[in-house]
Amino acid sequence: MKEENIVSLRNISVDFDGDPILTGLDLDIRDKEFVTLLGPSGCGKTTTLRTIGGFITPKSGDVFFDGVRINDLPPHKRHVNTVFQRYALFPHLNVFENVEFGLKLQKLPEHERRQRVQEMLELVNLSGFEHRNIDQLSGGQQQRVAIARALVNRPRVLLLDEPLGALDLKLRKEMQIELKRMQQSLEITFVYVTHDQEEALTMSDTVVVMNDGDILQVGTPQDIYNEPKNAFVADFIGESNIVDGVMYEDFLVEFAGRKFECVDKGFGSLERVDVVIRPEDLKIVDAKTAPLTGVVESVIFKGVHYEMIVDAHGYKWMVHSTACEEPGTFVGMEVRPFDIHIMHKMEVEG
Amino acid sequence: MKWLSKSYVGVVMTFLYAPIIVLIVFSFNQSKSRGAWTGFTLDWYRQLFHNETILQSLMNTLVIAVVSSVIATLLGTLAAIGIVNMKRWQRNLVMNITYMPIINPEIVVGVSLMLLFVWIKSMGVAVEFGFVTLVLAHITFNVPYVILNVMPKLRQMDTSLYEAAQDLGCNPRQAFFKVVVPEILPGIISGFLMSFTYSLDDFIISYFVSGPTSQTLPITIYSMTRRKVSPEINALSAIIFVVVLVVLLAVNIHDAHKERESRMKARARA
Repeated sequence: MKEENIVSLRNISVDFDGDPILTGLDLDIRDKEFVTLLGPSGCGKTTTLRTIGGFITPKSGDVFFDGVRINDLPPHKRHVNTVFQRYALFPHLNVFENVEFGLKLQKLPEHERRQRVQEMLELVNLSGFEHRNIDQLSGGQQQRVAIARALVNRPRVLLLDEPLGALDLKLRKEMQIELKRMQQSLEITFVYVTHDQEEALTMSDTVVVMNDGDILQVGTPQDIYNEPKNAFVADFIGESNIVDGVMYEDFLVEFAGRKFECVDKGFGSLERVDVVIRPEDLKIVDAKTAPLTGVVESVIFKGVHYEMIVDAHGYKWMVHSTACEEPGTFVGMEVRPFDIHIMHKMEVEG
Repeated sequence: MKWLSKSYVGVVMTFLYAPIIVLIVFSFNQSKSRGAWTGFTLDWYRQLFHNETILQSLMNTLVIAVVSSVIATLLGTLAAIGIVNMKRWQRNLVMNITYMPIINPEIVVGVSLMLLFVWIKSMGVAVEFGFVTLVLAHITFNVPYVILNVMPKLRQMDTSLYEAAQDLGCNPRQAFFKVVVPEILPGIISGFLMSFTYSLDDFIISYFVSGPTSQTLPITIYSMTRRKVSPEINALSAIIFVVVLVVLLAVNIHDAHKERESRMKARARA
């Protein structure tokens, strides 16, 4: 397994002016994988990316690239390239010259440079824009130039720092698909930083959820969504109902004043736990036979479904349903055992 | 109301330019006295170009302006880069120190520089008042102007440009010359031009630090007027005015052209 990791971070700590940003972070990134660092702003995801790029020297810990320690290797000697958040295109150069920049530094012959730049511009659908100035391009086009400028150097790893943040929703969706396509056809590793959970789930092979300089969970998008390790991940990835519960015994949990059958085991007897239920897993049923009952407090139409808040004896449940119930209606709710996710209480409440 | 505002502008222009027009007209006057027009001549211009003192000090002025503004531009640009990367309080402190020579009356700067050079001389270091002291003085008062022109460009620059250059394979020196310098070049150029003009222009500070061997044009003109105002000075002033006018026109036409170009680009995009 060791050889497959292209980038490994071991016990990385980073401070900014004495404030700890990362404290003992460990992370392995497998070759040819699309990895997303996901977390709220200030969680250390960009710092992690910049550590890999060489723009930050960690206070302690080691950075390995292809098995070699590269702590002291300056950015220009690393086989990684970065797509910066605000593109960082060189305004005094045109599109062609921007993309050619890295190749010129490698002192490649002119015909090879031209060929590779053309190939890249084709890949990002910007053929014919060679002689445009940067200020003549739209945000989406600038984004593509930034990607081409990084990829033309054939890096082993491409680092992307919230590259789609400045684009509108439609363009962002298009670029997500295109980025994924590029990553697959070029067969290189992408490390992608974002705070947008949907973006992370759409594109990634592996999602790394971060908060407060720590990695909370590493897994496939399916793992992260369906089996969040703790309440923070559950809340951050999609919407969730999170309530306090007590584990009675294996496969039996109490919350909202009732015992429920579940599929989790291995918790201590009477251990206090977080119970997480996705809004789409709560089903509105006849109030007479339902395990949970409450009064509909509000209804919002969301297009695909209605989002209802149901007040059940002080617990407010968020329910997604395709059928609409009028506010004030007394309704019942049920949930299937495998849709009840039991999690250890987090040591520090975020 | 339109005629009122137009004539107001006319009056302002007259006050501003009447003296210069009189000067230029009288530079072509045959009579040596300033009061009366006696006929057209180019004699004063001819004499001017045979006046060794004036030509020599013109030469001095140009050489000092070029040398001091080039050195000031280098020093000022490097200083600005250093200052931008300082911590906030350090930056504020250094910027206030930088403003000081600009705010100070020139006479204070002039006298203090003179005293400094005298003191250095008394320490046994061979400084002769002349070319070297003039260049040093001009660098001193020009550096702040360069810093003030380059600083905003540096602060406007996206810091990730420098990182992007390194990311694409530049070592720090290459990143500086290939990316940072082109970005801040407009600031460097305007800093240089300001230094150059201030250096050409300077009288007060130069007066205190010049020596008998090396005088600048303003000092020479001043000493000529103390004896007797020769129409040669009118001729010289007229030439200086025309040169400045031509340079200004060229800059303005260039700017207008650039603006039109960028407006057309913007329209093409939309």
